[in-house]
Amino acid sequence: MLERLANGCRWLGKRVNDRIWRLGFASRFLLMTLVYSGTALRRFFLTIREIYFTGVLSLIIILVSGLFVGMVLGLQGYDTLQRYGSSEALGVLVALSLVRELGPVVAALLFASRAGSAITAEIGLMKATEQLSAMEMMAVNPIARVVAPRFWAGVISMPLLAALFSAMGVLGGYLVGVRLIGVDEGSFWSQMQASVDFREDILNGVIKSFVFGVIVSWIAVFEGYDAEPTAEGVSGATTRTVVTSSLAILAADFILTAFMFRGT
Amino acid sequence: MTIPRGKVVAIMGISGGGKTTTLRLIGGQIKATSGTVRVDGRDVADLRGKALYDLRRRMGMLFQFGALFTDMSVYDNVAFQMREHTDLPADMIHDLVMMKLHAVGLRGVAHLMPSELSGGMARRVALARAVALDPMLIMYDEPFAGLDPISLSIIGELIRALNDALGASSIIVTHDVQESLKIVDYIYIVSGGRIVAEGTADDIRQSRAEYVHQFVWGEADGPVAFHYPAPPYRDEIHAVAGHA
Amino acid sequence: MNRLTLDLWVGFFVAIGLASLVFLALKVGNLSGSSMSDTYRLEAKFDNIGGLKIRAPIKSAGVVVGRVAEIRFDPESYVAVVGMQVDGRYKFPRDTFATILTSGLLGEQYVGFEVGGEQDVFKDGDVIKKTQSAVVLEKLIGQFMFSKAAGDEGGKQ
Repeated sequence: MLERLANGCRWLGKRVNDRIWRLGFASRFLLMTLVYSGTALRRFFLTIREIYFTGVLSLIIILVSGLFVGMVLGLQGYDTLQRYGSSEALGVLVALSLVRELGPVVAALLFASRAGSAITAEIGLMKATEQLSAMEMMAVNPIARVVAPRFWAGVISMPLLAALFSAMGVLGGYLVGVRLIGVDEGSFWSQMQASVDFREDILNGVIKSFVFGVIVSWIAVFEGYDAEPTAEGVSGATTRTVVTSSLAILAADFILTAFMFRGT
Repeated sequence: MTIPRGKVVAIMGISGGGKTTTLRLIGGQIKATSGTVRVDGRDVADLRGKALYDLRRRMGMLFQFGALFTDMSVYDNVAFQMREHTDLPADMIHDLVMMKLHAVGLRGVAHLMPSELSGGMARRVALARAVALDPMLIMYDEPFAGLDPISLSIIGELIRALNDALGASSIIVTHDVQESLKIVDYIYIVSGGRIVAEGTADDIRQSRAEYVHQFVWGEADGPVAFHYPAPPYRDEIHAVAGHA
Repeated sequence: MNRLTLDLWVGFFVAIGLASLVFLALKVGNLSGSSMSDTYRLEAKFDNIGGLKIRAPIKSAGVVVGRVAEIRFDPESYVAVVGMQVDGRYKFPRDTFATILTSGLLGEQYVGFEVGGEQDVFKDGDVIKKTQSAVVLEKLIGQFMFSKAAGDEGGKQ
C-alpha cells in the first residue's frame, strides 16, 4: 500500500519534472531561434516562402470561417437585441465581439490547426529523415535555416489573418443583419463607428493576434524540432502542437484581456 | 583507428555495433565520453561554433537514406551548400551543379523533386550533394542499404571514383561485406564498440578469426549467437505447460 | 513553385491583410471621426458623473462636438472633474450648461452641452461653471418612493 503511494508520488514528480524541463528547453529554443534569426531576415526570400505556406494557404479557411462566424453573430445578435428593441446596435455587437475577441482567438485557433500542425509535421519529418542532421553536417544551422523562417512567417501572418477574419466577419454580419433581416444600414455602420475605438479595440486586437502568432509559431517549431524521429513521434508532436497551442491561446487571451480592457 | 588521406576505409559490423555513432563523433554531432577524435590534427570535441562549422564545410556526408531536402528540387539540393557558403554568381553555381550531377550521371533529373526519384537515384543525388564543396573527407552511412544490385554497384564505383578524383578520404560504414570488399583499401570490423579486426580486403577474406569469418561469410550461428540470451528452453516450455 | 509567383501570392496576401486592417480602422472604427486636428480643452465639475467613461462623446443638439479626455476626482472639493477635448470649429458661450445624459434608457452616457446666450465664448483651459450631474436611477426611484409615501400619509390625514 505504502509502496504504491510512493510509486504514485514518484510518477507524479517525474511528470511535473519533465514538464518543467521541457518548458525550460522550449524557452532556450525560442531564445536560440531569436538569436539565429539573422539569416531569416537577411535572406528574406526564405521567410517569404514560408509566409506562402503558412499565410497564403490558410487564406481560404480564414476567410470562409470569418464570413460564417460574422453571419452567425448577425443572426444571434439580432435575435437577442430585438428583444430589447435595440437592433440598431447589431453593428456594435458584431464589430466589438469580432475585433476584440473572436477575430484574434478563432483565427489563431484555425491557424494552429491549419498551419501550426503543418509546420510541426514538416520539421518533425525533416528530423526523422535526417534532413536536419544532414544540414548540420553541411555546416548550416538548422535553427537559422529551417526553424527561424517558419517562426517569423507565422508571426507575420497571424495579425494579417486575424484582421482578415474580423473584416470578413463584419461583412458577414452586415450581409445577414442589413441585407437579409433589414436592420437600418445607416445606424448599423454609424453606431459601430461611434463605439469601436481604434486604439482601445482594434489596436489591442492586433496586439493580441501578434502575441498569439508568437505562441503558435513557437509551439509549432519547437514540437517539430523536439519530435521523436519516428512516425508515431511526429504524429504525436503534431497533435500536441494543436492541443497545446489551443490551450495556450485561450489562456493568453484571458491574461491579455484582463490587462487591456480593465474598466474605463 | 586512423583514416589515411586519399584512401577508402570501411567500418563494418553488425547492426547496433556503434558504426553510425563513429561517424557522428567525427562530424562533431555528439561528443565522446572517453577518447578523442582528431580530424586534420584537431580534436573535434574541442571545437565549437564557427570552428566546428568550418571543419564540417570540409566534410561531406551521405546519410542512410540520402536525407535529401524534400522541399527542394534536385538542383536546389545540390546547390544548397554552394548558396549557403559561397557568394558565387548564379550561372557559376549552375555550372558546378551540372558538373556534380553529371559525375553521378543524373544531369537529366535536375528539375525533379526528390519524391519523384527511385531509391538508387536519390542516393546518387545525395552523393552529388555530399561532394558539392569538394570535401577532404567523405563519410557514407550505409550507402548500400536497400538498393538493387545494379544501383548497388553503381554507388560502389562512384564512391571509389569520386574519392580518387577529389583526392579525398572516404569512410564507409556498412554491413554489406561483398560490395565494400571490392572497393575499399582498408577495413575495420567493430563489435560492441571495439575494433575486433582490421586489414586490407584480402586479409579480411582470409582471416581465420571466428567472428570475422562468420561476419564475412554471413553464417547464421557462430560467436554471434542466433539465440538472444534467454532462460533455458526446457524451463520455458515447462513453465507454459505448468500454467496450462 | 516559381519564385515570382510565390512573391506575387505573398504580396497579394500582405496587401489584402493590410487592406482589411485599414477597413477595420476606417469603416468599423472611428479613426477618421476622432481625428479632430484642432481641439481646445474645457473642464467641468460634477457632483456625480454616474457611468461616464473616458472617450465618451460630447454632444450639442445631438451632434458630436468632442470627447471626454480625462476623469479625475478632486480631493479638495470632493467632486469629479471631467476634462474634455472640444472640436476647435465650435465655440460655446460662457453660460453653456454641461449635463450628463444617457442615450436611451440603458445606453451609454455622454456629456450634453446646452447653449446659453452670452456673447463671450470659452477659451482653451476654461472651466464650465454650470453643470448638472448624472441622473442616478436608484436615487430617482428612492425619491419617487419617498414622495409617494409622504403623499399617502397626507391623504390619510
